[in-house]
Amino acid sequence: MSQLSMPRPDPAIVSRRAEIVRQLKKLVPDVVLIADQEGRRTFETDALTAYRCLPLLVALPGTTEEVSKILRFCHDNHIKVVPRGAGTSLSGGALPLEDSIVLCLSRMNKVLSIDLPNRVARVEAGITNSGITQAVAGHGFFYAPDPSSQIACTVGGNVATNSGGAHCLKYGVTTNHILGVRLVLMDGEIIDIGGDYLDAPGYDLLALIIGSEGQLGVVTEVTVRLLKAAEGARPMLLGFDSSDAAGGCVAGVIAAGIIPVALEFMDRPAIHVCEHFVAAGYPLDVEALLIVEVQGSEDEIDTLLEKISEIAMDYNPAVMHRSQSPEESAKIWKGRKAAFGAIGQLSDYYCMDGVIPLSKLTKALDEIGWICRKYRFDVANIFHAGDGNLHPLILYNSNDPLQLERVEMCGAEILKLCVELGGCLTGEHGVGIEKRELMRVQFTEADIGQQMHIKAAFDPDWLLNPGKVFPLEGNRVQ
Amino acid sequence: MTGHMRVGFHAPDTVEELAYLVAEAADTRTPLEVMGHGTKREVGRLVQYGAVLSTESLVGVSLYEPTELVLVALAGTPVAQIEQMLAENDQELPFEPVDLGPVLGFGPGQATIGGVLATNISGSRRILSGSARDHLLGVQAVNGRGETIRSGGRVMKNVTGYDLSRALAGSWGTLAVLTEVAIKVLPAQREVRTLLCFGLADPTGVEVLGLALGTPFEVSGTVHVNGELAQRFSDEEISRPGQSVTAIRMENFPASARYRASRLKQMLQAYAPALELDTARSRMFWDDVKSLRMFERTGRPLWRISMAPTSGPKLVHSLARKIDVRALYDWSGGLIWLDTPPITDAGAVEIRRTLAEFGGHATLIRAEPQARAVIDVFQPLDAPLMALTAALKQAFDPVGILNPGRMYAGI
Repeated sequence: MSQLSMPRPDPAIVSRRAEIVRQLKKLVPDVVLIADQEGRRTFETDALTAYRCLPLLVALPGTTEEVSKILRFCHDNHIKVVPRGAGTSLSGGALPLEDSIVLCLSRMNKVLSIDLPNRVARVEAGITNSGITQAVAGHGFFYAPDPSSQIACTVGGNVATNSGGAHCLKYGVTTNHILGVRLVLMDGEIIDIGGDYLDAPGYDLLALIIGSEGQLGVVTEVTVRLLKAAEGARPMLLGFDSSDAAGGCVAGVIAAGIIPVALEFMDRPAIHVCEHFVAAGYPLDVEALLIVEVQGSEDEIDTLLEKISEIAMDYNPAVMHRSQSPEESAKIWKGRKAAFGAIGQLSDYYCMDGVIPLSKLTKALDEIGWICRKYRFDVANIFHAGDGNLHPLILYNSNDPLQLERVEMCGAEILKLCVELGGCLTGEHGVGIEKRELMRVQFTEADIGQQMHIKAAFDPDWLLNPGKVFPLEGNRVQ
Repeated sequence: MTGHMRVGFHAPDTVEELAYLVAEAADTRTPLEVMGHGTKREVGRLVQYGAVLSTESLVGVSLYEPTELVLVALAGTPVAQIEQMLAENDQELPFEPVDLGPVLGFGPGQATIGGVLATNISGSRRILSGSARDHLLGVQAVNGRGETIRSGGRVMKNVTGYDLSRALAGSWGTLAVLTEVAIKVLPAQREVRTLLCFGLADPTGVEVLGLALGTPFEVSGTVHVNGELAQRFSDEEISRPGQSVTAIRMENFPASARYRASRLKQMLQAYAPALELDTARSRMFWDDVKSLRMFERTGRPLWRISMAPTSGPKLVHSLARKIDVRALYDWSGGLIWLDTPPITDAGAVEIRRTLAEFGGHATLIRAEPQARAVIDVFQPLDAPLMALTAALKQAFDPVGILNPGRMYAGI
């Protein structure tokens, strides 16, 4: 374990575990409660696996009413609660605390209603992201935000972190696609916000809840917008001898008025690992690879890819290749979506999520390379080029405590660089515990203070997912 | 307490000065009427303020990077100025803000960008591109404590901390005074095509719009306009028949817009699309919708109602049996601009009672002060939501000096 600490557990709560289990069994008999050590171990970490902590107890409710009863009980007994979906957070957002109950919504995974004439669906928060699209794909509709973990991650978790995805350049992120939620406050109050219409009345509470990392309330149901799928989509590969040329090409495409549905960037190390893993057909002798995807009819796709090729010519591409078939397109995307997994086969990695203004791309990549060399780590860069959301993957050995400490310092330096260049600490993974102490790099005390006032407005006792998002020192949970 | 802040009109030149004025108002508990150019100041409950605080002197675009699709402007910058700057680079505001100026007795093009975002009034393209709030990347604002705060930034993706920026959108200046906004912009659409059907009954018109939105053709505008209102369109061929007008817009590169319009025309054959507007005529048509031309100088109260699209015609039909209403459906029926007779309550009781059957919300945009004094201008919220609303107000503006009471009593 490295330098990040969590709020001190309350020994009085920890010692009452057996009694708490008994009381909860009586209060919510149908809720699955996991109290044994082996069972709890499954929930001790999320996708930021360097941090682990056994929770007091795990509860898997099946209804909003059960969530409400559990929260009210915890509120009255001053027990902390860590909400959880599939546990795919890369920032430690679902890391338990020793004196906390993990409230896992994975059993609440039903589609409640689909209304195609109004293009909305109502789902329970524990459904997977792709589960929504699967439910409507037969009618040609889809749910737009598509994080790489979409097969596993839950829409509730997507709401918590305001997830993006490869196609958010065109379609936007979670906050642009949620019309309403059923929210349970820490005191058990059930609130319906928004509904099956655009723009909820009153204050935009959805804006606050989406991206609040489970700190304002527990979302149990979600109304999402459904979109009609495009007639077709096809990617092309553009390889360049430098990241500078690739960045220039991205800017050139946008300046020409073309917004591709996706614009992904990989550097040489990332290309090699992915190609080795998936055989996606990526060129191996380039420094930077762009995957550019456009949508429309076959003719429209041809026209757009032709225009993009013309623009790319100004940047001396080493490779220009348009996908020739749906099978090839699928393979190209498989390589990109499997990238993190592929790199994970080779080495442990620490995945960063900073964002920079696109015009600073070359400077950012140069500096990232320099910072990683300074800390003696290899790095692979994969990111959403259209929106400047970088994902440097720093390769290290997690079994070496010294390396873990060093890799966190290295990551922090990269994120500070992103802020200095006019960007931010996190584009889609969330702050969690990981970037908690860096919040002051991006925000003033007044900025953070205002956010904490909002936290207190929803959860005055700071019981929901404490120890996350805000710097621990000065954080009210202490 | 050292007495009250000087009553009057304040338009500070700097954010620091503005923050100082707010802090002073907080000290003296002086309620401030917060506004930009004040084109929408007549929207809201009737409230007495101690002083006016305007952002009209905070003008200027501090950053515009066309290839990064981002523009940062001080809150008092006129939208017209921003739109012109974008047009020079073949870009535009994707959310196509409705210009409420003309229906509220002002000239066109006077709104400020801060006012547009503070009220989150999005236009017809909202169905495709998202709302004003969706395009807000970051803000600088002054809260009710007189603190200058920032949220978000100037990059496309940002989940660092809570999303205060979007929470301030649509809060009508009651939580904080926006002083600077960073917005996402998009390339301007080169070719516009509009398909029109005439004489469809409301439910059929809305059905057609829904069908159009259920195609992959990225339809960017869907309105159905009552026959009487349609007579006020600028384009004579559209206004003359005095029939209802159902319009579907596609925007894209020329070949795509034409291809998509022809495909859609085939699909909607059963509804007899009778006219296809080219780019110039399309722009004239959608400008009329954007400025709500059909509701100018009618002397009638005007409502803005958001609800599930297919329920829209049912609501209007149900209301029409009791009061004389005229509807413009936008967002394929999900947004209704409705005018009502100038009766005491502007139709509020009937509208809210009927709306309760379907779900959704109604805001009174234009009415005589007497009406605004006695009815809920914004949709009343149920008790738990109201409690959370009050807590949020408290979190931003603890002594209640920023547009207090404008949206809800005591908030």
